[in-house]
Amino acid sequence: MAIPQQKPVAARPGQRRHKRRHVWKDKHYRWVPDGTGDWRVQGFVFRHRHKPKKGHFRGPGPKPARQVPAAAPPAPERSDPRPPGAFQGAFGHAQAVRLLQRAGFGPVPGQADELVSLGLAGAVQSLTRPSGSAHLSGPSPRDDDGNPLAPADAWGHDHLWWLDRMVRSDQPLVERMALIWHDWFATSNANVSKAQQMIDQSNIFRARCFGSFLDLFRAVTIDPAMLQWLNGNENFKWAPNENYAREMMELFSLGADRGAYSEDDIREQARALTGWRSDWSSEEGEHNFRFEPKWHDTGAKTVFGRAGNWGWEDACRLCVEHPLHPSFFVAKLWSYFVPTPPSDSVREGLEGTYVSSGWQIRPVLEAILMSPELYEGPPMVKPPVVQLATMLRALGRPIDTGAWVWLCEEAGQRLFWPPNVSGWDDNRWLDTSRMRARWNLVTYALEEVSVDAWSDDYSTTETPEEALARAVAAWGSPELRSEHRDELLDFGRRSETLILANWQKGPYRALRQNALLQLIGVSPDTILQ
Amino acid sequence: MSPRPGHHSCCDGYTRSQLLRSAAAEAGQGLPAIEPGMPEPAGTGLSRRKFLSRGAGLALAVYGASKIPLSAFQTGIAQAAQGDKILVSIFFDGGIDALSVLAPVGDSRYAQLRPNLALPPGAGTTFAEDTSLQWHPSAAALATLHGEGKVSAFPAIGYDHPDQSHFTSRHYYEIGELQVGYRTGWLGRYLDAVGDDENPLQGLSLDGSLSPMIATAEKPVAAIDSVDGYDLWSRVSDPIEAEMFRSFARFGALPADSPGLAQVRRAASQTDKLRQDLAGVGEFSSPVAYPDDWFAHKLAGLAAYIAVGLPMRVVTVRAPGGYDTHADQAGDLEDNLRRTCEGILAFQRDLETRGLADRVLIEMWSEFGRRPEENGSLGTDHGAAGCAFVIGSKAKGEMVGEFPGLSSLDEDDNLRVTSDFRGMYCSLLEQWLEFDAEAIIPGASGFARPTLVKA
Repeated sequence: MAIPQQKPVAARPGQRRHKRRHVWKDKHYRWVPDGTGDWRVQGFVFRHRHKPKKGHFRGPGPKPARQVPAAAPPAPERSDPRPPGAFQGAFGHAQAVRLLQRAGFGPVPGQADELVSLGLAGAVQSLTRPSGSAHLSGPSPRDDDGNPLAPADAWGHDHLWWLDRMVRSDQPLVERMALIWHDWFATSNANVSKAQQMIDQSNIFRARCFGSFLDLFRAVTIDPAMLQWLNGNENFKWAPNENYAREMMELFSLGADRGAYSEDDIREQARALTGWRSDWSSEEGEHNFRFEPKWHDTGAKTVFGRAGNWGWEDACRLCVEHPLHPSFFVAKLWSYFVPTPPSDSVREGLEGTYVSSGWQIRPVLEAILMSPELYEGPPMVKPPVVQLATMLRALGRPIDTGAWVWLCEEAGQRLFWPPNVSGWDDNRWLDTSRMRARWNLVTYALEEVSVDAWSDDYSTTETPEEALARAVAAWGSPELRSEHRDELLDFGRRSETLILANWQKGPYRALRQNALLQLIGVSPDTILQ
Repeated sequence: MSPRPGHHSCCDGYTRSQLLRSAAAEAGQGLPAIEPGMPEPAGTGLSRRKFLSRGAGLALAVYGASKIPLSAFQTGIAQAAQGDKILVSIFFDGGIDALSVLAPVGDSRYAQLRPNLALPPGAGTTFAEDTSLQWHPSAAALATLHGEGKVSAFPAIGYDHPDQSHFTSRHYYEIGELQVGYRTGWLGRYLDAVGDDENPLQGLSLDGSLSPMIATAEKPVAAIDSVDGYDLWSRVSDPIEAEMFRSFARFGALPADSPGLAQVRRAASQTDKLRQDLAGVGEFSSPVAYPDDWFAHKLAGLAAYIAVGLPMRVVTVRAPGGYDTHADQAGDLEDNLRRTCEGILAFQRDLETRGLADRVLIEMWSEFGRRPEENGSLGTDHGAAGCAFVIGSKAKGEMVGEFPGLSSLDEDDNLRVTSDFRGMYCSLLEQWLEFDAEAIIPGASGFARPTLVKA
């Protein structure tokens, strides 16, 4: 919802104040570039706004990764040998499935075996180095009335539009990365005028998902949806609005509680970001986004101890050049793919890769997707839309209902509507409310697969083993943990003992089949990736 | 051909109650009598038998189906009916502007700092305990309760060295400690200490996801997205359905070799328990009128849940709307605050009508207040001290910590803190929940305990 734009009132003299009544100065130490790509320790006077504790941390902290002048990324070329540090075990069916689940939306039947034939490096690169534009295969998405989607106009069709791309794109990692950037730079339609602006933002995520993080950061900073969401279009030199300045550091590039920035840095950064504006009309909402030089604060700003007449592009660069950015970037990107944090040596290696490539995303991503931790480590919970897209791909079902919108919302993940600017909380995907929603997602997904228990034609002799085999096959033959398989067979046998009358033989077996389908869908095997 | 069971009409149309009824009939049990010594559900106006019978599913779930182990739930109802106290947490998400809720119209700097957003003197009710403050007109319902001595206001609550990150500051409030990375909430730790191993309703979030405040290490807790029912749909009906749910529950009970798997198992197990506990709970009626609003509807459902004796101890709900008002603050705040306060007033009246008001205390909070000086977008940026309220018939009704005034702000030009939220938590634990705060709040001995509960 937007309210008519107020023209900024004239500057009120004396309104900007930075009174510092009490300041405690002492000497701190920090890393600064030494001009050769390495870092050296520099002392500086730190002005505490609160009385510092004795023996408090005065720097300089761990030495950042060596910085090498940014070079154009090497032309991507497919190579089969595995790089050092990569997973060295066999790359078989199970590994291919895991890769497709974490770097996409699971396999369609047969796809995992195709990937196996490419080898680990080839399989990863087939995902990270797609050529040309994405191809969507299979029936195009429809709403409940059989009509094509109107993603910018009809309620919930934005969600269905993206879900369809997840299900059908032949570049699944592009969609998965777009989802990651949507979470990383979490913007919600709640404070954005038009769904089209959200869709446009997601297209930025697609187009720039593997390239330079700095380029992506800058594109997002002046993206109309983001400018509305964090008030970048209401941040003028007369009275800066700190919203974007804070979140760009805390959530997008540096992280809270690491000593990376101060409240003063936020206020100065807000000044650097001033000058973006838009117009408002009742028909179009916020539109005509542009930089207004007269509304930009051209004075000197000091951000992270670096003084200059910074603008919005500098604001992004200063964050990315901050010594604590590479570690933030690596840890955050890693966390989307592997549930346990990287060891120090792995993290340092990835930071080195990131910095030496000139903040390129792809080399870090490829290293993560080839890492032993991804293949040997524990499973993680699929985000709800990932689980849904994975199920629809396994079942071969196109988008044909709007139920996915409210069901995903109940499961905790409506696309284009993250809960807040920090995105979805990956540690809290499951509770009784969201588990119920996942159960009901499975029920809806099985609409075409479930059998009619009361028709007369269901087998009256199917054994528990045959019943389980049929249900597993309907789900695209996923691997089930043995204890789950045992439980499902036990369920199959228990169900048979309930057959007391002749007429129940077929119907109860049909009900058993539906229950097996349901139980596989809500089992940890489906929920985990 | 022999007769068949009726065709199922929709996913759960072929209901669980039919299964349970037949199971009970087969077992020759039927509906049991009220057991001797069991109290009546407090204030419901229903006899225990009526309550248990009002949904056949629930009645049978509690007593009829020997297959389903519900002894803990049964125990829970008995305990709840004996008068366990309930704490309801209401959260203003985003950092509500305390200087609008209790506007310091009598402070000469207010109008200077808020040339566009200051509330005019006389727009709302004067706050009797400090006449320089005035309730926001949208908080009139809260002012009414305050006038009845049922609201303890904290006009400047927070902690030393305030953090202005939503997520960090909110985390502090949720866990009851100035640390990051805790996995349990302060009320979750309380539930771990006193809770039941089988009763997920003891900690209940009404917002469709679990509040981190009630995140436990061990004990089950629950979230629901609607007070109107909790159903798991399937194309499976009796008698196979019961076996299906048994297998689902067993997925939850198997051992786990990783945190991710453990998370799924825990969720499955708790979901199945809640499914049984809430079977038959759905439609409810209220003795008083509530505003036509989903937030008020949740509170109406909550009052009905309390009335029928569902075994809850701690309940969390988010206030409607968002309070991170960086721009165009006045309109959003006016609507959302009004919805919140009017819903709470109706809830309080409902509890009073049902005779349950002495069992329920509300704690209303936000992660921080907002900057006294407005920004250029007709909004306010993140600040420090905020406001909190403890509401209920048993609330002491006295202001905690004075309003610090706008003439001496902190080093970041924010409102100074005059009460610590951890002191409020200690008081709520000790005076309301009657539990030693030392075991829950780190460093509890260092915080002054304001009197929050009437003797």
